[in-house]
Amino acid sequence: MLGYAIRRVLGAIPTILVLIIASFFLMHLAPGGPFTSERPLPPEVLANIEARYGLDQPLWKQLWDYLCNIVLRFDFGPSFVFKDRDVSDIISQGLPITLTYGLLSFFVATLIGVALGVAAAIRHNTWLDYLAVSLGVFAQALPNFIMGPILILIFTLWLGWLPGGGWNGGHWPYLIMPVIALSTSYMGSISRITRSAMLEVLNSNFIRTARAKGLSEAKIIWRHALKPTLLPVISYLGPVFVYVVTGSVFVDIYFSTGGLGKYFVSAALTRDYSVLLGITILYGVLTVVVNLLTDLAYAWLDPKIRFQ
Amino acid sequence: MFGRSKKAQAIAEDFTEYSLVRGRSLSRDALDRFLQNKAALFCVFFMVLMILFVLIGPAFAKWNNEEIDWNILGDIAEQGAPSIQSGHYFGADELGRDLYSRTIQATGTSLMVGLIGASMALLVGTTWGVIAGYFGGRIDSVLMRIVDILYSVPITLVVILILVVAGRSFTTLFIALGAVSWLTMSRIVRAQTLALKNREFIEAARAGGVSEVMIIFRHILPNLLGVLIVYASLLVPELIFAESFISFLGLGLSEPHTSLGALISEGAGTMGYGTLWQLLFPLFFYVAITFTLYFIGDGLRDALDPKDR
Repeated sequence: MLGYAIRRVLGAIPTILVLIIASFFLMHLAPGGPFTSERPLPPEVLANIEARYGLDQPLWKQLWDYLCNIVLRFDFGPSFVFKDRDVSDIISQGLPITLTYGLLSFFVATLIGVALGVAAAIRHNTWLDYLAVSLGVFAQALPNFIMGPILILIFTLWLGWLPGGGWNGGHWPYLIMPVIALSTSYMGSISRITRSAMLEVLNSNFIRTARAKGLSEAKIIWRHALKPTLLPVISYLGPVFVYVVTGSVFVDIYFSTGGLGKYFVSAALTRDYSVLLGITILYGVLTVVVNLLTDLAYAWLDPKIRFQ
Repeated sequence: MFGRSKKAQAIAEDFTEYSLVRGRSLSRDALDRFLQNKAALFCVFFMVLMILFVLIGPAFAKWNNEEIDWNILGDIAEQGAPSIQSGHYFGADELGRDLYSRTIQATGTSLMVGLIGASMALLVGTTWGVIAGYFGGRIDSVLMRIVDILYSVPITLVVILILVVAGRSFTTLFIALGAVSWLTMSRIVRAQTLALKNREFIEAARAGGVSEVMIIFRHILPNLLGVLIVYASLLVPELIFAESFISFLGLGLSEPHTSLGALISEGAGTMGYGTLWQLLFPLFFYVAITFTLYFIGDGLRDALDPKDR
């Protein structure tokens, strides 16, 4: 297990490096930037600005400095648009908010999805099964930007129960709608995956053996059936994390939660390349880490993987 | 002996009939399975209606998608409501433009994004996966390493990056979506190719002197067809989602082009003013499209996926 873990961690490092280098070059391919305006700046001023941001250096030197700063000091350089702010400031301001509701919806979706799927599989072909399946299918077709307006319409405009946006230090009424909007769609997917995995497991020989031994149904589910059921769910958690990260951009814009997504979109609109680059790299690295963790969890649950 | 009674003769004829039953092809089997799936069939029917709506709908519109109805502009909440008389069947949007025309235009955009994006993914993903799986070795590990790396980035954000760098337009959008959506396809194709290439019939073809390229085109690709159709159809709603999501954020196509995401975003911004139709019509079309596409994809998977046979 330890050998496998070390191999996987070492394998992730070049991935992260290539990711940083590729996005760096993509950004520098871009024509124009925040300093190109309708009235061209005098060349001396432009030269000064470029020197301030290190843009007058040769490209490989810029890349090397960029890499060193990230690895050694977690410094993504200054923002091109906000004069007084570094990209790291923006990240340290926005990331905690995004992580709070992101992780919350990650857990909510996984727990409810798995519970629904397991319940549907245990009560196969009963009304509970049909209810869970149609709920899952329906939820899957309701992505965050559909759920957001519907929730606001019902709970803010019609019922007036919940605030329509804002963060307020993460006070719980401000969390409910972002979490529901973000988790509905992949909760549906998780419940469908869980259900079909559980059905397959319940039909397998070792469950029949457990039944023949006279074990109680609860014990069969908890001790024997649940673990193999979770394997496909765990391998789906990587994509779920990507959904959460992507969806958080919507939540930050639509619910004004003030997370990283807001900065990402405004940077995309103002061509603030250093912020775009920083957030993309950050999310890419987080995704690599989450994929690594799910791989390790997978190997821990299923010994066959470790020896391949 | 059987000729004695009419009944016996009929039975005898039945026997001879049955001995003439023809063999059934795999695709015929798949088609039968698909036709038995009522939900999927209904969704195909609904999809056809939707496409017809996009094609024929503009003929019934009284306003085109760019005209502004100045008469109602001051009072959209009252006079801009959906009505047959004013010609705004779906009402008017915040700027007095006809929502019926704009919804048709947006639905067309979404369907086209799904179709073209999925075709691009199909082309690139299949080529990539077949080359990696068939030739194996170092080519395989390099190609799949690239896929792994791209896989580790949230792809919607990458599409936004590409749109920022290369400018927003139809072509860029299609290329950007196509550029990131072939990853799953290539993994599936590679795995299937790996499984296929050691089978006896490939070996037989090679022993018979068939060239590698011919083996790929005549023996590998036809066997991949079922899986390809299934995953391409599952990709379409994902692409529509990605495009609508980006448009919702205001980073997608710019006016006069529009898409369902952009319309939903506009409607969601104005729903506090009592103009709910601006949200509900595009929202209905979006949900209906993804819903039907999911069911069609599921039906195709049940019919074609060799795993469940």
